[in-house]
Amino acid sequence: MAGDQHKEKGRTFSRRALMLAGGQAALMSALAGRLYYLQVLHADQYAMMADENRINMRLLPPLRGRIVDRFGLEVAGNRHNYRVVLIPEQTKSIEATLDALEEFIPAEMIDREQVLTDVKRKRSFVPIPVVDNLSWEQFARINVNSPSLPGIQMDVGSTRDYPYGNLFAHIVGYVGAVSERDLQNQEYDPLLELPEFRIGKSGIEKYYDRTLRGKAGLSRVEVNAYGRVIRELTRQEGIPGNDTVLTIDRQLQDFAVRRMGKESAAAVVMDIHTGDILTMVSVPSFDPNTFARGISSTEWKTLIEDPKRPLGNKAIGGQYPPGSTFKMIVALAALEAGVISEEHRVFCGGHTELGSHRFHCWKRGGHGWMDMEEAIAQSCDIYFYEIARKVGVDKIAEMAHRFGLGETLEIDILGERKGLIPTRAWKEAVQGVSWQVGETYNTGIGQGYVLTTPLQLAVMTARLANGGKKVVPRLVRSVTGAAQEGAVLPRENPGGEAFDLGISRKSLQLVLSGMNKVMNGARGTARAARIEVEGWEMAGKTGTAQVRRISRKERLEGVRKTDEKPWEERDHALFVGYAPYSDPRYAVSVIVEHGGSGSSVAAPIARDLLQETLRLDPLRKPSYDIAIRRQNGGGDV
Amino acid sequence: MYRELGQKSVTIPLTRKLWDINWGFVLLICATASIGFLMLYSAANGNLEPWASRQMVRFGAGLLLMFAVSLVDIRIWLQLAYPAYFVALALLGAVEIMGDIGMGARRWIDLGPFQIQPSEVMKIAIIMALARYFHNIGLEDVRRIRWLIPPLLLVLMPAGLVLRQPDLGTALMLIAGAGIVFFAAGVRLWKFALLVGTAIPGGFFAFQFLHDYQKKRVLTFLNPENDPLGAGYHIMQSKIALGSGGVFGKGLLQGTQSHLNYLPEMRTDFIFSMLAEEFGMVGALLLFALYILLIAYGYAIAYRSRNHFGKLLALGLTGIFFLYVFINVAMVMGLVPVVGVPLPLISYGGTSMLTLMISFGLIMSVYIHRDIDIPGKR
Repeated sequence: MAGDQHKEKGRTFSRRALMLAGGQAALMSALAGRLYYLQVLHADQYAMMADENRINMRLLPPLRGRIVDRFGLEVAGNRHNYRVVLIPEQTKSIEATLDALEEFIPAEMIDREQVLTDVKRKRSFVPIPVVDNLSWEQFARINVNSPSLPGIQMDVGSTRDYPYGNLFAHIVGYVGAVSERDLQNQEYDPLLELPEFRIGKSGIEKYYDRTLRGKAGLSRVEVNAYGRVIRELTRQEGIPGNDTVLTIDRQLQDFAVRRMGKESAAAVVMDIHTGDILTMVSVPSFDPNTFARGISSTEWKTLIEDPKRPLGNKAIGGQYPPGSTFKMIVALAALEAGVISEEHRVFCGGHTELGSHRFHCWKRGGHGWMDMEEAIAQSCDIYFYEIARKVGVDKIAEMAHRFGLGETLEIDILGERKGLIPTRAWKEAVQGVSWQVGETYNTGIGQGYVLTTPLQLAVMTARLANGGKKVVPRLVRSVTGAAQEGAVLPRENPGGEAFDLGISRKSLQLVLSGMNKVMNGARGTARAARIEVEGWEMAGKTGTAQVRRISRKERLEGVRKTDEKPWEERDHALFVGYAPYSDPRYAVSVIVEHGGSGSSVAAPIARDLLQETLRLDPLRKPSYDIAIRRQNGGGDV
Repeated sequence: MYRELGQKSVTIPLTRKLWDINWGFVLLICATASIGFLMLYSAANGNLEPWASRQMVRFGAGLLLMFAVSLVDIRIWLQLAYPAYFVALALLGAVEIMGDIGMGARRWIDLGPFQIQPSEVMKIAIIMALARYFHNIGLEDVRRIRWLIPPLLLVLMPAGLVLRQPDLGTALMLIAGAGIVFFAAGVRLWKFALLVGTAIPGGFFAFQFLHDYQKKRVLTFLNPENDPLGAGYHIMQSKIALGSGGVFGKGLLQGTQSHLNYLPEMRTDFIFSMLAEEFGMVGALLLFALYILLIAYGYAIAYRSRNHFGKLLALGLTGIFFLYVFINVAMVMGLVPVVGVPLPLISYGGTSMLTLMISFGLIMSVYIHRDIDIPGKR
């Protein structure tokens, strides 16, 4: 029946519709369940992921601590770097904007090609650097005209600045971009990954890097999917690095550099009690600003190829035979070992024989009868051959080590060399041959294998002058402000018994008296270079170190005059000394590479340095750190 | 085709029709569309321009069209069912020949000022054609395979053309929509089981012939974390937007995923993620509730219709509506592959809005003419 079928059709439809509705309800429930899963069960996780998407952490590099001299004068600071950047999306034509910019600054300052490649590589809202290191006038001119320069933005960055240029290059060092090796060697600091971040590469900048660096600030910014910053959410400023107060007196340093002139030389002036280095010079030098900016390859080549090695710090890294300046060590070794008495005398006839070999005194005619004082004063070689032979090389080496020779002094910059103090064991280990007595002779006058650095010689002299105290050198007096995590702090000299080298007063006095006679005795080798100001009299010792052995043939033909030899074959001129003799405070060492004789070249420089030091007398003036402590109401330390 | 009309075969006066318009249904549609306007307002960072205002104009036009469609006698729609189907099929064929290339697929046909998407038209036309076919045959015929071959052809011809565009999502949508009509018409359940049983291995086979980007979509769907910056990025960001919305959401205009552009296509396919981010689960469930009510209306109207054509038409169109909602939401939640299906009444877009309003108009026409008896085959 038609009606039945019609009804049946309707019933089937209703049944099927119900099933469909049920199925759809189930699917809708599944969606609701999924909603619950995402928005309730895992809401926290997705909220975190959403934040990870949108929040970027930006490090705010802290201001690097300054380096100031003993009296607070800035020798390394931060200078504004006036820059121009271009935001491509804000201009219709990059070329037109750059053309317009060239009306205000010289065209050669803009590296168009670089700018255009950067524009292509980066997103249109990322600022592209156009020019750096603008003068204030240029910066101001562009700034005033910025309405006619679409897309151009002014930006002030920070660069390391060394106002005294090459004056402190070897002490302060310089900063540079973080290298792959720096990243591996250093403790992890997110700052190191900032492309524009600079870290210390040498000198104080490197040694005290963690002190100067400071702590990064943090800015949380919201960025969109394309990396554009929408707004800053929070900002936590960083902590600037600590200022570092050097032991150096800028005035004295300046004097020393000018006094050395065009020589290839090094000098150290130090406080014999505290170890404060008041001046440390290595000339020729270089301008660390070129490194901080990024050095060009031609500049680099010039520095590398210079025979006078401007990049090396000769004061701590140059190793020279000490020559006669070593005689104090030989004398003390012999006296303290008891192999000679204070009255011991030796006859100098100009030469002495050892087997078939003849050893000469620098004075061909000989000195006649010599005692200790006169042997030092006149630098008689025969006397020291004799006592060196008596005491032996190992005792000499032991004494040399007590005075800081043959080892590093752990001064607070890198690049220090150990020098070399030979012993029997050393020779056998290194050369596999046993020690010869003739080599003891050479050691006795600071030649042969012996090598020292100017810093070691200054420390040796300080230890002699301070009565045998084991003073250690330092370049940094203090660090201002609260110590930060990982900061390097300046070293302090220890006191107490360990501080005493254990040299008998009598022996020391005899040697110092000899050093006095070098300057002030009637026949002293450096009498011409003495200080004549009353109360400022100095004591010292000259040294002339042969660069190459004088052959028998040359000796027979007559030793050539210094002026006749090519520069690199001339002797090194050395001098060590201290002042005032009556109340010692300052020690000095000077070496002039291939300068000729110690008495005629090194001694006058040393004299001028000591005299200027005494005139300025930096130890009598309050240093910057003490001045600050007083200002802050702290007690006088 | 039909020989007699029932007792109420006389035309219903216009005033009566207007009275009979289901205003509750209209209100629901307007409420849902308003949520869409709000989201488009938010997508423009708190501006009516450029999307919300345009969408409102389209919706207004759509409403008028809906009323017009609803007032047309159901018998006329019955008569138009086959012609409409063949016109749509012809248009699909035309697209094959002269359609514009868009998004790597040919989908649009350019008629001067208008562009129409024949596959959208076909979604309605196929339901009308199938409703008419099953209206005309008896229940016993439905159970004979012989009688199922013509309607199967009706489905497979357009589905094949759409697949060639290539638009896998729409093709599947056509098949699924048609499936609902087949199902409601009373096709035996085991036949469906057989079809599904052959379709799954067939699907694996067909997979080989998919375009690379389609394969990638399917594979990415199976494991989005595999490719977090490539194709999986969209799904991942959408899930983050949803999940980070939490229960109460971040607030209007406060959605970070959407406003900072991490969420892709947030005006169109991924608008639900934005809603769920800004209004949380509460907002999402509210929208679900509106959709469920709309679908329930559809069912009620189908139930109330005395003619079989009306029943199948209302149920089929409601089914398509449901599929849109389900597939879009499941897609943005990472439950099904990204197939590019808009969220009805919410997503920004003209063509889909137009077809949607026409289907609502048809459903309402079924309601208005619910008591007209159209005899089919006994």
